[in-house]
Amino acid sequence: MRVPPHDVQPRPCGGSAQRRAPGQDNLLLARPLSHPVRRGLPVVVTSVPSDSHNWNLVFLQLVLEELGHQVANLGPCVPDGLLIAECLRLRPALVVVSTVNGHGFFDGMRLIRRFRARQELAAIPVVIGGKLGIDGSGGEWNRRQMLSAGFDAVYEDGAASMVAFRSYVGRLTASVNTSVDG
Amino acid sequence: MSGAAGAAGSFGEFVARAHRAGRLVVQPRMGMSRPQDMRAGLVATKRAAATTVGTITVDSYTRMGDHTAARAAVAAKASLNGYPIATHDADVTRAVLEGVAGPDFPVQVRHGSPSPESIFAALIEAGLHATEGGPVSYCLPYSRAPLADSIRNWTRACELLVQVRNTDAEPHLETFGGCMMGQLCPPSLLIALSVLECLFFRQHGIRSVSLSYAQQTSPDQDAEAVLALRRLAAEWLPDMDYHVVIYAYMGVYPRTPDGALGLLAEAARLAVRTSASRLIVKTVSEAHRIPSVADNTNALETAAAVAAAERRVLVPVPVQDTGIYAEARALMYAVLGLGEDIGRALRQAFQLGYLDIPYCLHPDNARQTRSYIDEAGRLLWSNTGAMPLHRIVRPTTRGELTASGLLAALSYVERKYDGISIKDSAVSQIPAAEGGTDAAGELKGAY
Repeated sequence: MRVPPHDVQPRPCGGSAQRRAPGQDNLLLARPLSHPVRRGLPVVVTSVPSDSHNWNLVFLQLVLEELGHQVANLGPCVPDGLLIAECLRLRPALVVVSTVNGHGFFDGMRLIRRFRARQELAAIPVVIGGKLGIDGSGGEWNRRQMLSAGFDAVYEDGAASMVAFRSYVGRLTASVNTSVDG
Repeated sequence: MSGAAGAAGSFGEFVARAHRAGRLVVQPRMGMSRPQDMRAGLVATKRAAATTVGTITVDSYTRMGDHTAARAAVAAKASLNGYPIATHDADVTRAVLEGVAGPDFPVQVRHGSPSPESIFAALIEAGLHATEGGPVSYCLPYSRAPLADSIRNWTRACELLVQVRNTDAEPHLETFGGCMMGQLCPPSLLIALSVLECLFFRQHGIRSVSLSYAQQTSPDQDAEAVLALRRLAAEWLPDMDYHVVIYAYMGVYPRTPDGALGLLAEAARLAVRTSASRLIVKTVSEAHRIPSVADNTNALETAAAVAAAERRVLVPVPVQDTGIYAEARALMYAVLGLGEDIGRALRQAFQLGYLDIPYCLHPDNARQTRSYIDEAGRLLWSNTGAMPLHRIVRPTTRGELTASGLLAALSYVERKYDGISIKDSAVSQIPAAEGGTDAAGELKGAY
């Protein structure tokens, strides 16, 4: 199990606040201000076109909902174009890509390049995790490739990655809320 | 077993003959990209000390209809996760089968495609006539293809398969409806889908079918479900050649050899106890890697031995009726009441939420239903959504489903058979085993 990328920080919170679409402010501000870090974020959970697995996505949705976030779950086998269209429509504060069929590196690299090529989506935090096929030799190099291509965090499978993922979401939530409050 | 027997040499007739002789037919999952490996796997299956049928599972590029990618992989001699039947020349596939497949060893092609026409065409050209799937069961869990498209594609595929009769073979089609999602779909919905997909096949000319049921969480509940499935089949498919096929558990599989074998043995006993005719096995390496040919041979022989032993000591025990038959019947009536065109009725039923697969994220699924495992290990409804079950089922409110609760339910069978006390196990952790079945992989790989 690879050590999760603790060095990766959530994207600057100012960007997130500026990106929010009309209506999402209401969603965020409807929550009690006395619990700023519990304020939920709009999150998109998705997979990649070649991956038909379902339970990992159901699980992640529940994890994120338990953390207080609002999840739009796009399900398995999501074409890159559909994900981009949905993110343009929903303007999420976080995109979570989960894939377990072992093609995650190739599918993820293609996806993030197309995603970051859209100016409107350039600053949305995107993380990827699962069985990415980068756990063998050369895994660290592949992980760095994915980060430099535009992912904000990369998690190869395992329980420790889940802890790191929850921690990442916590930091992101706090930074977005601080930005909104500020 | 009932209705017209298929032509000599057909898949259905082979299974019916074995059933009459008191032998359970056992079958592996198996698909190799290289023709010589595929042939070796079929030969090993045929030679196993068991009554076997062969399997050719196609690769996921072919399943998704991406024949360009499959051709490129074959040209580059890259390894695929199955046999690219629509890419290899029909002569190549015929050579794989030559002297192996025949009336004494039928071979079924397995795929998982919502657009199976090219796969059907390829298997027919190679001289085969048995395959499986269904317009719902190969659309909702494994793709995001619109259900309407899948129904249209499966209609054409059935019409293609029916033409095999011109060569004197009786085509056979198995529904995957009894295996939806692999786990956590309550039995009544599984068996209703199994019968409904067979009715769809019949409407499009198929005369020899098999009805599937995947082992779930409770042996007694499974027995009740399979007997209910047989009862529904006798009522709805009296004019067809049909048999019941049991799938060894398809969810997160035990990691210990004892646990894996124990679960397979339970599936074999279920098949004998319910007079099912065929069993799709799982192997001891299921939770760790793609099973080898030797793993599969061992599983086939183990299952056959357990089934033979069970048959010797079998005493019919009445199974308690907890309402599975009534639930399934209500679902079927609701769907069939939507019109005579079964494909259209299925599509409408999903639109209306009359059929609603728990936890299935497909865009055409209503996503209102939920299930849980009770203290006795039975798989029950916690929310029936808009399904017409309100007069039969009183869903027990178990509170909101949590992430750790989902993990606990998904790994219930694994923990039971690996001998870990359910109360003691840490269910909030993602299972950390390497490799694994689809469900295990999804869980541990969630992150």
